[in-house]
Amino acid sequence: MKITLDADKCCAAGQCVLIAPEVFDQRDEDGVVVLLDAEPPAEQHDAVREAAAICPAAVIEVHA
Amino acid sequence: MTLSTAPAPLPVEPPSGCPFDPPAALGALRTEQPISKISLPDGSWAWLATRYADIRAILGDTRFSSDTTVHGYPLSGMTGGANTDNRGFIRRDPPEHTRLRRMVTREFMVKRVEALRPEIQRITDELCDAMERRAGQDVDLVEELALPVPSLVISLLLGVPYDDHAIFQRLTGTLLSRTVPDDERETARLELRDYLDRLVTAKEADPGDDILGRLIVEQQRTGEITHDEVAAFAALLLIAGHETTANMIGLSALTLMRDEESAERLRQEPALIRGAVEELLRFHSIIRNGPRRVATADIEIDGHLVRAGEGVVVAVASANRDESVFADADRLDVCRPNAQHHVAFGYGIHQCLGQALARVELQVVIGTLLRRFPTLRPAVPLEKIPFRTDMSIYGCHALPVTW
Repeated sequence: MKITLDADKCCAAGQCVLIAPEVFDQRDEDGVVVLLDAEPPAEQHDAVREAAAICPAAVIEVHA
Repeated sequence: MTLSTAPAPLPVEPPSGCPFDPPAALGALRTEQPISKISLPDGSWAWLATRYADIRAILGDTRFSSDTTVHGYPLSGMTGGANTDNRGFIRRDPPEHTRLRRMVTREFMVKRVEALRPEIQRITDELCDAMERRAGQDVDLVEELALPVPSLVISLLLGVPYDDHAIFQRLTGTLLSRTVPDDERETARLELRDYLDRLVTAKEADPGDDILGRLIVEQQRTGEITHDEVAAFAALLLIAGHETTANMIGLSALTLMRDEESAERLRQEPALIRGAVEELLRFHSIIRNGPRRVATADIEIDGHLVRAGEGVVVAVASANRDESVFADADRLDVCRPNAQHHVAFGYGIHQCLGQALARVELQVVIGTLLRRFPTLRPAVPLEKIPFRTDMSIYGCHALPVTW
């Protein structure tokens, strides 16, 4: 799995951080998403897919 | 926009005897006519979307504008959508919306809110202590706990004197009421504007270490925003910050008092409370007149052509009961695996800014109530509880309890 972000669209809802805190964080200055691990291990994949599905601004793209 | 035969107005009344369910007409529309039309009091009309997939499509598409000054935006009979120059960022589109929202997003991000959890717990514990001392007396859970927790927290965060809470609670009550006449609502809006104007002026002289103080020092003094824009932030955060969470606390407490099996499960396994709060948000969906948008292009939704300049009302309460997404959707299931797919906070770039704060407040208050008041129950029968069918944010006006 490889993750890419379109962070310009991020509205800092923070749901990705709640769902997959080992993969996503929010930057201190404005809460915009930061990728901690662009190629997370298998045990994170379900959480990452869930975060991508829930993201209100469709920022997270998951590549198989 | 007028029609020769007017469609029905937006349904607002819950089914008789089922105060926790959205209006029955919304469920019927979702099955039979998921994109329909409603009439507004001024004789105009708007589209009404009731299905989960359509609502995510609309709210996720920025061609549906949130700008209340765009011709066709559904305002008539709706609350909270003042058509003014100094409207908050939620009534604006990108790039202005993005620029303004990002001035406050860090204040509500997950780690900042998590750091507040001990303070929210302390506030909740103190209010519960006061409630315990009143055992055997008439206690209104709304007055004693549901309203004060979010009011105290948002006052603290914004740097608003809590002693003023009676003022902004009264004005917010008028602003969000469907049943007050438009001129009375306008008077309340002006009164709130004057109050916030004085507040911001006082903070300009002495900005504290709080959200409004930081906006003044970092954004107003550098010329990014004006005095009036600081006041618009204050109005939005103050209203959104207490009324919504307060009503979710009241409704959540009431449903758990009536569902001993779920309550006991949460007492035994407090780790389930996070998921339970998502389910309570889905189940109650307290926002009952929107969100709303106006199309800025001709856009096809589910086979219907929505033309530029036509208004759209989306019923998130209906989306959250959509059986194609949530199995047995009318049942409260505190262990529902996909509860967090709800759209109770909206969807798209306008999704609730304060959602992390609302989640923590709900987790703390519900968890504390279950633990400290295991025998809590309504002091009056369900039909005697005054539900807020007259307000755009649903809930209970009062919730008499005993234990």
